[in-house]
Amino acid sequence: MSVIEVHGLRKEFTVRVKAGRLRREKRMVTAVDGVDLRVERGEMLGYIGPNGAGKSTTLKMLTGVLMPSAGQARVCGLRPVAERTRLALRIGVVFGQRSQLWWDLPLRDSFDLLRHVYRVPAAGHAARLRRCRDLLDLDEFLDTPVRQLSLGQRMRGELTAALLHGPEVLFLDEPTIGLDVVSKQAVRGFLAELGRAGDTTLVLTTHDLADIERLCRRLVVIDHGRVVHDGSIAALHSRYGSRRLVVAELDTALAAPPTLPGAPLHRVEADGHRLVYALESAGVAEVVAGLAGLAALRDISIVEPDIEEVVARLYRSPAQV
Amino acid sequence: MGSVTATVAPPTHTNVTRWFRTFGAIVASGFRRQATYRQAAVAGVVTNTVFGFLRCYIFLAVAGAAGTVAGYDRAQLATFVWAGQGLLAVILLWGWTDLADRIRTGEIASDLLRPVHPVTSYLATDLGRAGFAALSRLLPPVLIGPLFFDVYLPRRWATVALFALSVLVAVVLCFGCRFLVNATAYWLQDVRGAMILWTLGSGVLAGLYFPLRFLPEWLQLVLWYATPFPSLFQTPLDVLVERDPAPTQVGLVGLQVAWAVLILAACRLVQRRAERRLVVQGG
Repeated sequence: MSVIEVHGLRKEFTVRVKAGRLRREKRMVTAVDGVDLRVERGEMLGYIGPNGAGKSTTLKMLTGVLMPSAGQARVCGLRPVAERTRLALRIGVVFGQRSQLWWDLPLRDSFDLLRHVYRVPAAGHAARLRRCRDLLDLDEFLDTPVRQLSLGQRMRGELTAALLHGPEVLFLDEPTIGLDVVSKQAVRGFLAELGRAGDTTLVLTTHDLADIERLCRRLVVIDHGRVVHDGSIAALHSRYGSRRLVVAELDTALAAPPTLPGAPLHRVEADGHRLVYALESAGVAEVVAGLAGLAALRDISIVEPDIEEVVARLYRSPAQV
Repeated sequence: MGSVTATVAPPTHTNVTRWFRTFGAIVASGFRRQATYRQAAVAGVVTNTVFGFLRCYIFLAVAGAAGTVAGYDRAQLATFVWAGQGLLAVILLWGWTDLADRIRTGEIASDLLRPVHPVTSYLATDLGRAGFAALSRLLPPVLIGPLFFDVYLPRRWATVALFALSVLVAVVLCFGCRFLVNATAYWLQDVRGAMILWTLGSGVLAGLYFPLRFLPEWLQLVLWYATPFPSLFQTPLDVLVERDPAPTQVGLVGLQVAWAVLILAACRLVQRRAERRLVVQGG
């Protein structure tokens, strides 16, 4: 059985819009519009989309804090809203923009309280806490009240808090938002380690695509409440025609950039001193050989396809790509 | 994350002990959280004490030369005031907007993601808070009052136990009322209106501004039976000063318990309704 099974999940909100001095009109806004999803145990799923696409709304429905307008969802075989408190024992959730820790308690006390709240045996709790302390370097701020922690420290605390009861599924909503490079790396490294162990399913939403590239083999892109891509990152590149680029720096500009078979000219820069070719059927060697015969080359570089660019194109016009 | 997974225990009596352990842990955390605000506690004690003098002189002036009013003598009035000043922070009629704030900011989502019912966990936290207030806020006015006024001490042993019970029930009941007022944020977002109504209503109808026994008897009956307000504040104090004979005391506390059960049930109902229409604010 899949850990997460979703069929035709929808959420509509009623928004009141000002329509005249006193009058207000009701308008229905569909945040999630028929999402189907199936996630197997141990998968690491990247769930991305532009602002307002419905990512967080989906996560809220899967964790049971938001009632769907239509459709079915099963997480760990449970109905999220109806069986929310039972589900809570089996999932961990981190909302990057809000805290689940107790503002006025030191982290250590928060963790201890969570042990009682989740009714976890002391041994298992201690083992998991020790692991988090090692991997996330918690020791230096374990006795600091949560309100005095930096964002990076707090986020490491949030991750620990979400994992102390040994959840089967971990939902992370923008866990790296606002973090500096070092903290981001710490969080990513930790999640990668978690993924390697293989028994925790991970659903991650983010705007930082480096998170996805580093962690997730599977990527689900959602836009206007609909799934527009579900597959690997490589599949996304090939589907949306993102290609490797060859950038050639020339000593002297050519009157007309040469045409090369299997590698159309992508763009011309620096007054014709820099030519950029996109690799389709041709290889790097053929392009370089073709250019070397026609002009004096100063430098050659290869640019790997940029996931940000693909995704940006996808966000701008999901229907065309 | 390791191979240890949380297991759900079979439904046996151990589940009940576990429930109490969880509840106790949340109570203890409520105590510790409150204990971090010590300067606020000191400021509160000073305010309560100053207002204690003010209220005490006013009520004694009302009693006048005759020395009794509405069935209280001067010593009973002094006890009513000074114990009341101490209980104010324990019962906490005013100034609790934690739930409303969390609904407004969307932080309520974290509460819903716990395996404990929100009403239960907020109640446990509030009991912990009240426990700390009983140590830090109740004692100073209760000790200062008798230095300046003749106070009434209970003559029946049962009164002490009944008073303790009555205060505990008042804390639970008051929590329930505050929870309901805060829960209007699920529908209104902004609770300031509801909060003002509550502050005004509870101050007058709970017996803080004046003992409700000053009112005509028929009105007292209406207030006691038809509203939870007298059970919040007036009842524990009436029990303490032995305003009524023992059977009436027990009856008043019984009424309190009935109101507490009713209001807590209402909290659960409102919470369930709210969750069905909840929009967790923010992305």
